Amino acid sequence: MSATGIGAAVRRKEDFRFVTGSGQYTDDVVRPGETRAVFVRSPHAHAKIKSIDVGAARKMPGVVDVLTGAQLATDKIGNLICGWMIHSKDGSPMKMAPHPALAAAKVNCVGDAVAVVIAETYEQGRDAAEKVKVDYDVLTAVVDPAKAQAPGAPQIHADIANNTIYQWHLGDAKATAAAFAAAAHVTKLDIVNNRLVPNAMEPRAALAEYDVGTDNLTLWNTSQNPHVARLVIAAFVGMAPEHKLRVIAPDVGGGFGSKIFIYPEEVVCLWAARKVRRPVKWTCDRSEAFLTDCHGRDHVTHAELALDAQGKILALRAKTIANLGAYMSTFSSSVPTYLYATLLSGQYDIPSIYCEVDAVYTNTAPVDAYRGAGRPEATFVVERLVEVAARQMKIEPADLRKRNFIKTFPHQTPVIMAYDAGDYHASLKKALEIADVKGFAKRKRDAVRHGKLRGLGFSTYIEACGIAPSQAVGSLGAGVGLWESAEVRVNPTGSVEVLTGCHAHGQGHETTFAQLVSERLGIPFENISIVHGDTDKVQFGMGTYGSRSAAVGMSAIVKALDKVEAKAKKVAAHLLEAAEGDIEFKDGKFTVAGTDKQAAWGDVALNAYIAHKFTGQELEPGLKETSFYDPTNFTFPAGCHICEVEVDIDTGKTDIVNWTAVDDFGTIINPMIVEGQVHGGIAQGIGQALLEGAVYDKSGQLVTGSMMDYTMPRAHDLPSFHVGMTETKSPSNPLGVKGCGEAGAIAAPAAVINAITDAIGTEDLAMPATANAVWSALKRATPRQAA
Amino acid sequence: MPAVSMTVNGKAVTGDVEARTLLVQFLREHLRLTGTHVGCDTSQCGACVVHVDGIAAKSCTLLALQCEGAKITTIEGLAEPNGPLHPMQEAFRENHGLQCGYCTPGMIMSALDIVRRHGNELDEHTIREQLDGNICRCTGYHNIVKAIAAGAKNMPKASTRQAAE
Repeated sequence: MSATGIGAAVRRKEDFRFVTGSGQYTDDVVRPGETRAVFVRSPHAHAKIKSIDVGAARKMPGVVDVLTGAQLATDKIGNLICGWMIHSKDGSPMKMAPHPALAAAKVNCVGDAVAVVIAETYEQGRDAAEKVKVDYDVLTAVVDPAKAQAPGAPQIHADIANNTIYQWHLGDAKATAAAFAAAAHVTKLDIVNNRLVPNAMEPRAALAEYDVGTDNLTLWNTSQNPHVARLVIAAFVGMAPEHKLRVIAPDVGGGFGSKIFIYPEEVVCLWAARKVRRPVKWTCDRSEAFLTDCHGRDHVTHAELALDAQGKILALRAKTIANLGAYMSTFSSSVPTYLYATLLSGQYDIPSIYCEVDAVYTNTAPVDAYRGAGRPEATFVVERLVEVAARQMKIEPADLRKRNFIKTFPHQTPVIMAYDAGDYHASLKKALEIADVKGFAKRKRDAVRHGKLRGLGFSTYIEACGIAPSQAVGSLGAGVGLWESAEVRVNPTGSVEVLTGCHAHGQGHETTFAQLVSERLGIPFENISIVHGDTDKVQFGMGTYGSRSAAVGMSAIVKALDKVEAKAKKVAAHLLEAAEGDIEFKDGKFTVAGTDKQAAWGDVALNAYIAHKFTGQELEPGLKETSFYDPTNFTFPAGCHICEVEVDIDTGKTDIVNWTAVDDFGTIINPMIVEGQVHGGIAQGIGQALLEGAVYDKSGQLVTGSMMDYTMPRAHDLPSFHVGMTETKSPSNPLGVKGCGEAGAIAAPAAVINAITDAIGTEDLAMPATANAVWSALKRATPRQAA
Repeated sequence: MPAVSMTVNGKAVTGDVEARTLLVQFLREHLRLTGTHVGCDTSQCGACVVHVDGIAAKSCTLLALQCEGAKITTIEGLAEPNGPLHPMQEAFRENHGLQCGYCTPGMIMSALDIVRRHGNELDEHTIREQLDGNICRCTGYHNIVKAIAAGAKNMPKASTRQAAE
């Protein structure tokens, strides 16, 4: 292993600019003549718009224009769309309601934008926005997803009965029912997977500029996938032809899924920039972000597990209501279906699974993918069921898991997925050692002496990443392919630029992708640049989400590097006057087999461009290759997380005293970065389990609308983590990588809740398990124990 | 509009600002020092932390006019131009104490204030408690805690002012 090659903990190229404050995020970009957009938003969750009066606002100082939804419609700006088709059990397509970027007739959630003020300064825009008079006819709101389909519930969208988007199912209902009928033991749980607000630290932003001379539009935005944004805004919203729209996503301060989606504000900024003929910038404040960023999770589930007398799992079934909010966001339909029910087999050999999912509209912010997207919800169902079944059957939780682990691969689950590689015993075994589970009984006894209840919780999770191949996801309803592209440009001096369709917003691609190139070409790490995030520079690509960038994006780079090496060998053959078949390439040097003739990488690169040693008929000049890579399967990262907690009997406060994570991500490119991804994922998972929860009141007002009300995990809420790895290589891509970005968020919630319920001796505990929730659960379970 | 004068990163600066202009707006929009970030609007996240007369402050919660005559240090002022990184900046890089980088300037400025108040030998508990005003969504804090401990050790010994706490 070289110091900068695959497997080395190389320090990040990105960090100099970030630690010196010289990163460039969207709000840092300033264009000449820039104006500021301030949105007028609905204070009501559900209301008809009777009238909008912008007269007073227009007269305010510094106002350039005030635009409304009626003008948007007049200008024929199209609606936002959901790009993944789901069909109901009866074969009918999902019911996608119109989603205009500015509401003209009706608002469907608090924060729905109804008008926009374009002003010289942000303050002037705020002042003027307050002068826009909107007359609303307020309607009763639908907030609780479990009640959205009830007879008599207010109907949010015309022609969409019972607020039901689809009623989908997966698996074999009959076989599953038969297995339950024959079971020796059935465990049943009612589960609420709490609604979360992503809260990337950089709020969303958009800056749009129109060039009158060329009729080109440019959008700088906080996007995880600028090409997809361009495609949707061009082809569906109809803002501009795709070749007349450039989307640039510069440094992006975290995404976690929330910056995948195409949002109303970027559409409005582009439209307004063309109308006012000046650049238009919008930067979200945090209060706006709480109301308008797509939220995550929000499932209500009844789940059951059937086992035989020996603890062998026979079947699993689940019925889930998924809240998609007021409108269907870009990929919202896929999250509670193909990213959820397909993972309900967990790490276990389960003969029969049946899952039904109803997706509903409510008068709340749209819900879409958030770190893990469907897979944390699935893992929580499976790992809670397994843990509770073990307790009910008086089998050690680790033992019950071992009895049911999948041991041979490939393994076809009853819910589409074909697991290709894994060793679930290995990660469990290693985690049991690191967590010192043998010593737990003593620690538990010791804790009681100082008034604390100790508990241990497991989560042996699985996820599916690198969602592909395109043909497979197309058959499941995806409106796009999920391949990735790469272009490797070798310059005449031998330095290299890699243009990738992935986008980094914290993942460190500039470092890890360069490690791959350094290893393959044997050239210094410093001589490699990774270029991403600009549709004018980079060929079409699909962006970064779903832990796909290593498995799919780096594989595309490998394929392009294969082509570069093949072409370079041809150049070297001419340069060294040898047969192409005799050229060998190693450590950045071309040699002729059996001779001492050699050429350095830089010589070959230069000769590819000066083209003095070959004719254009023999070989095309230049050294630049492109690849579009489509994997053969999903990848299946898996592992075991063990959480140990102490619960204060008097207050219900939970401290995480030990966290062990053992993950199998296949080949590791940079262990430092991978561990960092695991840490961050665990923190978000612990956040969901202990602290975070978006709460709407009955009228649809977001009660947790700021960081003073919505509990973000802070440093003192979390422990340091013990992270270990096991490795089985993925056979589905040339590097054997699996992806690591979401694992922690997927594994952690179940581990935490399993630990707390172990400590307090009752399963009656919902997330977030705040001190109050845990204390109340203790009190319900043992009325005399909790004071 | 009222005028305001202050020293930012060693340079005297003046500007005409609306009275309601926040220090962070003055730094970002008037002086184009965009290393200081805004992550919330309720003084919770700490992405905007700078030093005002040597003490950490949330620049989203101060008016520019309140800082008349003050000495402000931002993330851009920590290392000499073309010089080596400040030990705390270097420690964040070395320990992978950042991912997306957005909270990082505020984290580093707060970290320096923790060293000022608690000295160069910082235990994990102290660092975690003292980071209460800074939120990171990427790292889970694990490597930030490591970075601050390492950076503190590598900084010149400060005469701590624990007594003032």
